[in-house]
Amino acid sequence: MQTTLGTPTPSAIVFFLVIVALTLAVTYWAARRTRSTREFYAAGRSIGPLQNGLALAGDYMSAASFLGIAGLVALRGYDGMIYATGWLVGWPALMFLIAEPLRNLGKFTFADVVAFRLRQAPVRVASAFGAMLTLLFYVLAQMVGAGNLIRLMFGLSYEWAVLSVGVVMLAYVLFGGMLATTWVQIIKAVLLLLGVSLLTGLVLWQFHFSPGALYASVARQYGQAALEPGGLVTDPVDAVSLGIALMLGLLGLPHILMRFYTVPDAKAARGSVLYATGFIAYFYLIIPIVGFGAAALVGRDAIRAIDAGGNMAAPLLAELLGGTPFLGFIAAVAFATILAVVAGLTLAGASALSHDIFTHAIRKGHASEHEQIRIARFATVGFGIGAVVLGMLFKGQNVAFMVGLAFAVACSANFPPLLLSIVWRRFNTAGAVTSILSGAVLSLLLILLSPTVWVDVLHYPAAVFPLRNPAIVSMPVSFLCGIAASLLTREPDAEVRFDDEKLRTYLGIGAE
Amino acid sequence: MSSQPHRRALLESAEFRHLVGRRWRMSLVLSALLFALYYGYILLIATNRALLSRRIGDATTLGIPLGAAVIAGAWVLTAVYVVWANRYYDAEAARLRARAERD
Repeated sequence: MQTTLGTPTPSAIVFFLVIVALTLAVTYWAARRTRSTREFYAAGRSIGPLQNGLALAGDYMSAASFLGIAGLVALRGYDGMIYATGWLVGWPALMFLIAEPLRNLGKFTFADVVAFRLRQAPVRVASAFGAMLTLLFYVLAQMVGAGNLIRLMFGLSYEWAVLSVGVVMLAYVLFGGMLATTWVQIIKAVLLLLGVSLLTGLVLWQFHFSPGALYASVARQYGQAALEPGGLVTDPVDAVSLGIALMLGLLGLPHILMRFYTVPDAKAARGSVLYATGFIAYFYLIIPIVGFGAAALVGRDAIRAIDAGGNMAAPLLAELLGGTPFLGFIAAVAFATILAVVAGLTLAGASALSHDIFTHAIRKGHASEHEQIRIARFATVGFGIGAVVLGMLFKGQNVAFMVGLAFAVACSANFPPLLLSIVWRRFNTAGAVTSILSGAVLSLLLILLSPTVWVDVLHYPAAVFPLRNPAIVSMPVSFLCGIAASLLTREPDAEVRFDDEKLRTYLGIGAE
Repeated sequence: MSSQPHRRALLESAEFRHLVGRRWRMSLVLSALLFALYYGYILLIATNRALLSRRIGDATTLGIPLGAAVIAGAWVLTAVYVVWANRYYDAEAARLRARAERD
């Protein structure tokens, strides 16, 4: 098929400019309401459950899940759907295990909760290390993805694409803080859900609103195998390990956890998870229809001809069904998606550096409001520049495994100390530091030795560690190290304070 | 804010312990259901491919509604927790909070 993909059409440019203008206007509005640290990091705790639910969904639904899963379903059929389920199931776990205690105990970052009753400096430094590691892998994958996707869609060169994402998102975070970032997420989530819904509706329309007819058309062209499980889940241990990383990694993603401080209380935190889960569930339910629709209507060969990974399946389908204007809309939405996700990551990175490291580890909690804001803005610029530089350095590299790595580190280094600090009285400073470091080091080491990096990236003939995802080993080891180190040392203060914090954890008495 | 002895009394009260216990029982039961739902699905794919490949329409396989059911089921479990917490937990927590502040 003929496509205008890769050329900057007027409609793509208009939609893109409208979205950027709208988000910058929101930033201008938010900048005048962002004076204190409470406003910069937590939007003054003024966000409602529906808004925060949309913002959480916005933070989570990246271009990789929109374009990537649609492409995976288009090229590999049912396997893409299996993958999609894994992206949702962390949300209920987040609700059941940590959402409310996290909201009641913390102030701006999840390290507030881990360090609540422990010795500040070592726990803050270790938590910030786990957070930064997760965020760097995540942002690296986003930046390289952004460079490639924007080049494919707008024809903009890789370097300009990475740089423009860096500059625009820095404007959001630097001037508008969490308030602007939240509204950028909301705008992006609404546009993305709208765009994908439209695309789904157009696909179903072609098949007289019968999904069965769509599947039959896919089976006629590519065989019944397209609707059956293929090669994604063959080894049960590896499949469960990936499942653990996707599910429990969510419970250790700093930019997601940070959103819980933007709502006024635990009840609102609970409501926001329900909204977010609903939006994300809807998104992953309809994305396979887009993928199958692209396979049936655009064709696998045409999709592969543009991008071997299948990332352009959804944009090509949009062009086929809605013409150039719809393609322009979808391309602009994908761009907005990348901007919003990178902005959320940058704010989380800035809070780890300035709130955890500077204010608590270096200044022992004694820094003026003015100074904290100044450092937060410096950290924002630093993280943003770092993200752009990383994006440039890794041009042309295979970074698909980086998101998996970010989830593996999050569930091995960040989630265990967070859960233990909430539920276990005897957990102490030694336990927290040991659990973070063992989880981080082990997940990194095992992924390096796994087929994902050792064979696919470094091209050695055989992997040292057999699993593609290390979570099934590294997460339990992190828990065990945290428990063992706590049992070997005593910190009576921490135990006494655990009892005191219970009223705050469960009743919200004294919560920020 | 209430005084220290009152906080201690509330912490050690049977009602507070009961509330915390119920909260975690609810969380753990729902987490267990979530794990069974998702890892059951994954292990089913890994061990019984033929079942998921069974046709239930012209071309539609059983795997498609099952995958959709995992996603929908995960949302339903979240909703169950939220309804429970909004009805039972919040009322009980508000009662205990009021007691701490009255004393």
